[in-house]
Amino acid sequence: MENNNLIDTYPQYETVHPEDVKVWFRAAHVDDFPKNGGGCILYKGLQVAVFNFTRRNEWFATQNLCPHKKQMILSRGMIGTEGDEPKVACPYHKKTFSLQSGENLNDSLCQLATYPVKVENDTVYVGFKF
Amino acid sequence: MKKVVIIGNGMVGYKFCEKLRTVATAEQIQVVVYGEEVLPAYDRVHLCEYFTNGSADDLLMAPTSWYAENQIELITGELVTSINREEKTISTHKNNVENYDYLILATGSRPLVPPIEGVDRNGVFVYRTIEDLDNIIDYAKNATSAAVLGGGLLGLEAAKALIDLELDTHVIEFSDRLMPRQLDEAGSDLLKYSLEQLGLKIHLGINTRSIQGNGKPESFLFQDGEQLKADMLVISCGIVPRDELARECGLEVGTRGGVVVNDLMQTNDAHIFAIGEVALHNGMIYGLVAPGYEMADVVVNQLTSTPEKLFAGFDMSTKLKLIGIEVASFGNALDLEKIGTPITYKNLKQGIYKRINISKDGSQLLGGILVGDSKDYNMLMQMSQNGMALPPNAEDLILGARGGEGMDMVGSLPDDAQVCSCENVTKADIVTSVKEKGCEDLASVKGCCKAGTGCGACTPMVNDILQQTLLSLGKRVRNVICEHFDYTRQELFDLVKIKNIKSYDELLDQFGAGDGCEICKPAVASIMASIFNELIVKQDTIQDTNDRYLANIQKGGSYSVVPRIPGGEITPEKLIVIGQVAQKYGLYTKITGGQRIDLFGARLNDLPKIWGELVKAGFESGHAYGKSLRTVKSCVGSTWCRYGLHDSVSFAIEVEERYRGLRSPHKLKGGVSGCRRECAEAQSKDFGIIATEKGWNLYVCGNGGANPQHAQLLAGDIDKKTCVKYLDRFLMFYIRTAEPLNRTATWLNKLDGGLEYLYDVVVNDCLGIGDELEKEMQGVIDTYSCEWKEVVDNEHLQAKFRHFVNSEEHDPQQAFGDMRGQKLPANWA
Repeated sequence: MENNNLIDTYPQYETVHPEDVKVWFRAAHVDDFPKNGGGCILYKGLQVAVFNFTRRNEWFATQNLCPHKKQMILSRGMIGTEGDEPKVACPYHKKTFSLQSGENLNDSLCQLATYPVKVENDTVYVGFKF
Repeated sequence: MKKVVIIGNGMVGYKFCEKLRTVATAEQIQVVVYGEEVLPAYDRVHLCEYFTNGSADDLLMAPTSWYAENQIELITGELVTSINREEKTISTHKNNVENYDYLILATGSRPLVPPIEGVDRNGVFVYRTIEDLDNIIDYAKNATSAAVLGGGLLGLEAAKALIDLELDTHVIEFSDRLMPRQLDEAGSDLLKYSLEQLGLKIHLGINTRSIQGNGKPESFLFQDGEQLKADMLVISCGIVPRDELARECGLEVGTRGGVVVNDLMQTNDAHIFAIGEVALHNGMIYGLVAPGYEMADVVVNQLTSTPEKLFAGFDMSTKLKLIGIEVASFGNALDLEKIGTPITYKNLKQGIYKRINISKDGSQLLGGILVGDSKDYNMLMQMSQNGMALPPNAEDLILGARGGEGMDMVGSLPDDAQVCSCENVTKADIVTSVKEKGCEDLASVKGCCKAGTGCGACTPMVNDILQQTLLSLGKRVRNVICEHFDYTRQELFDLVKIKNIKSYDELLDQFGAGDGCEICKPAVASIMASIFNELIVKQDTIQDTNDRYLANIQKGGSYSVVPRIPGGEITPEKLIVIGQVAQKYGLYTKITGGQRIDLFGARLNDLPKIWGELVKAGFESGHAYGKSLRTVKSCVGSTWCRYGLHDSVSFAIEVEERYRGLRSPHKLKGGVSGCRRECAEAQSKDFGIIATEKGWNLYVCGNGGANPQHAQLLAGDIDKKTCVKYLDRFLMFYIRTAEPLNRTATWLNKLDGGLEYLYDVVVNDCLGIGDELEKEMQGVIDTYSCEWKEVVDNEHLQAKFRHFVNSEEHDPQQAFGDMRGQKLPANWA
C-alpha cells in the first residue's frame, strides 16, 4: 500500500534574528518548561521547541521539526554541550544540532531555524517576524 | 659504492630489495633486478585468489613505481642467460651485459613435471605463474572436468581453483596420504573426508601411467589399469630449483638440484649468494616463503653490517586454509613414535583432527597436526619452538581447559620467541614498539615492526602481547563514558553508590565537566535507577526518550504501549480490556515476539488515560521502553504439555515479577522452558532456565537479535531457590560492571576470564560479594512500583505528557493511514 504522501505539507521555518523581531509572542510561564529540557509551543501553525537550559542559565528556541526524518520531535530531545556549544539531540536517531546557530553537528544535513527568546516576569517570550 | 645484481623478481627477490633499502641508500648500494616474467614481483602464496577476483594488481608485492621511488633498477621480461664469474658480469637474451660486485640468485623453482607419457599434450598445465593461471582459466571454458596431479599443499590449492571454475575436480596423489609432508594418516583421512564433502574426488596411492586422448587429455590410465576421465590436467607434484645458471657457471649444486649455500647463503663463489627456493642449505630446499625472507635478511645483513647473521635452518610449521578447511602442522609433526607420545583428538562430525606429540618424559611439546580447527596453532607452535613447560594435563592443549587453570601464554613466552615468522619479529620487538615507540594499537604495531603483515596468522598473538604490554605500563584502555565524565560506567556506578549521589546535576558538578550530553545522561539515569530504583520520571530530562515517556516512541511521534503479561499468561477478562482500550484510542494491536500485546499509535496526550484504564483492569507497565527487564518467555510447561517436566509458566511468572522494572545497561530478556525441547527458546536469552529431571539448568548471556549467541550453562540440575540466588548475583554483577548498552553476551565476551570467571563469581563467590549482590537486588525488588500508576495517580506528572505547553491540542502534523483494517503511521519523509 502506498502511504508515502500522508504528510505533504510542512510549515516553513526561517531563522529570526533578534533585530528582525516584530512580535514577541507570550509563550508560557517558565515553569511550563522542564529544567534542562524543552517544551513545544504552537504559534500560527508553527511548532517551536523552547529549551530551558538551566545549567547555563540560557534559553533557546528552534523549529520543532527534525529535518532528518521530518518529525515534530526536537522539544523532547535531550540537551547538553559539545565542547562549549549548546546542543539538542533528536530522540529518533540522535542527530545533534547547535542550539545557538541551528547548525547540524553530525553531518551536512540542513540546519534548524532558530528564534530569539526572552524571559520577563517569569514569562517566556519567543520572537517572530510576523 | 657496491653494485648488487639480483636475478629473479619473485617474492624473495622483492623482499631482498625491500630489506636492503631500509638499511642502505642508492648512494651506498646500487641495485639492479632482473625478472623474466613481465610483471614485477607478485604474491604467489595467494595465487588462487586470482581465480576469484582476476586482478593481478591485487597480488603485486609493490607497484612498479615503488622500485623507481627506491632507486632500484627493475628490468622485467628479460631472461638472464649466463654468468661470467671471472669478469663478474651477467648477460641476457637480449645480449645486454651487466657487471656486478655481488650477485644474488633468487631464481626460485619450477614445477616438477613427472615423466608420464603424454604430459606434453595441450590441456596439461602447471600451477606456478599468473600466466599459467590465465591459460588454465582459458582452457577451462571448454572443459567440464579436471584432474590435479599431486595432493600436496599446492595441489589442493589448485584443486580449489578448479572447483571455483565449476569443474568436476579430481585429485590424484601418488602417496597414500594427502599433504604427505605435513599430515599423518588420520589427519589425511579427515581432510579427505572434509574435502569430499565439498565435492572434490580424491584418489590416493595412485601411480599415473599415461595421459590418453586425441590431441588433448581425455582420460588418465593408472598403473593398476583403472582409468579416470577428465578434460584437463594440472600438475602440482613438487618443485625443482631453477639452478641452471649456477650449474653452467660452475657453482656447486646438489645431486638432486639446488645451489649449495653455507650459513651465510654464500655459494662456493663468495661474490654470489643464493636465496629462496633455489638455495640448498644443509641438504634442504625450503618451499615456503618465510625461510626465503629470512635468507634475504641474512644476505642484506652481510652486505651492510658486521657482525654477520647466520641462517640457522627454519621451522617448516605452516598454517593455511584449504577450501575453507584449516590445516596446520608444526614442529616435529610426523616422525613420532620414535621420539614421543602422540595425543590425538578426532571428531569426524565436526571435521576436526588434532594431534600433539609430547616428549617421552612428558615435559615438552615436539610438534603436531591440526585439521579443521587451527585456532590453537600459534600457542602450540610457540610452546614447541620455545620449549615451554606443558600444563599438568597436556591434553588440555587441544581439548580446551576443562576446569583446569588457564595458561598465561603470552607471559611465559621468552623475549626472543619468534612471533611473526614471515617478517621474523620476536616478542621483544613487539614489546619494544609498544614501550619505546609509543604504539598503542594493532595497526601502529604492525606499521612499526611489521609483525602480522605477512600471512597474518600471528595477529591474535601480536594483539595479546600488545594488550599485555599496555597493561604492564598501566595503560589500560579505559572506555570513559564521554567528554563530560572521565570515568567508565563501572567507576561511575561505584561513585554514585558510595557517595550516595541521587541527581545527575550533582554528579556532573562533583565528578564531571561541561553540561552533559545525550550519551552520559541516560547512562547516569540507568545507574541511578539500578541503585536507588527511584521514580524514573523524577529526573525526566536525563532519560532516553522512551524512558522519559514510559512508552516506546514510534514513527510519526506516536507511542506504543505494552502492558506486562508475566509469562505470557492472561485471562479472557484482561484480553477484553486490552481490546476495549485499543478500540477506544484507535490503536493498532499486535502480539509481540515476547508473548505480549503491543498497542501502537497512542498520542502523547492520551498516554496517561490509556494507562489509567489498563491499570484499573490490573495491568502494570511492561517496561517495553526501558533498558530493563522485558519479558520472561515461557512454554506451557508440565501443567498442560505431555512432555513438560516442571511448571515452567509459574517459574517464568515468578522470575518476571521478581525482576520487573529492573534497570540495566541494556534490555534484558529471559525464558523458562519446561523440558529440553526448549519451546521458550530460553537459550537465546540473557538468562534461560530449562527444566531437567533433577531440577533446572541455568543458562546465561545468550542473545537473539543482530548478533545471535547461544546462552551458556552456568549451573545444572539446581533447585528453584538456588537458581534465583544465582540469577540475583549474575544480574547485579552484570548491571554493576557492564559498559552502557552492552547486552549480556557482549559483556561476557569482553569479561576477562569469560564464563569460567563468571562461574567463579556467581557460584563459587570467589570475590566474596555474593551476599552484597543479593542484597542489592533485594533492595531493588522491595522498592518496585509501577511507573504508569505513579503517573496515573499524579496530576503534576501527567502535565508532562503534552505535545504543546501552550495548548491542549494533539500534534496536528501527526498522520496515519490504514492497512489490513488497522492504522499505520505515515512513512518517513
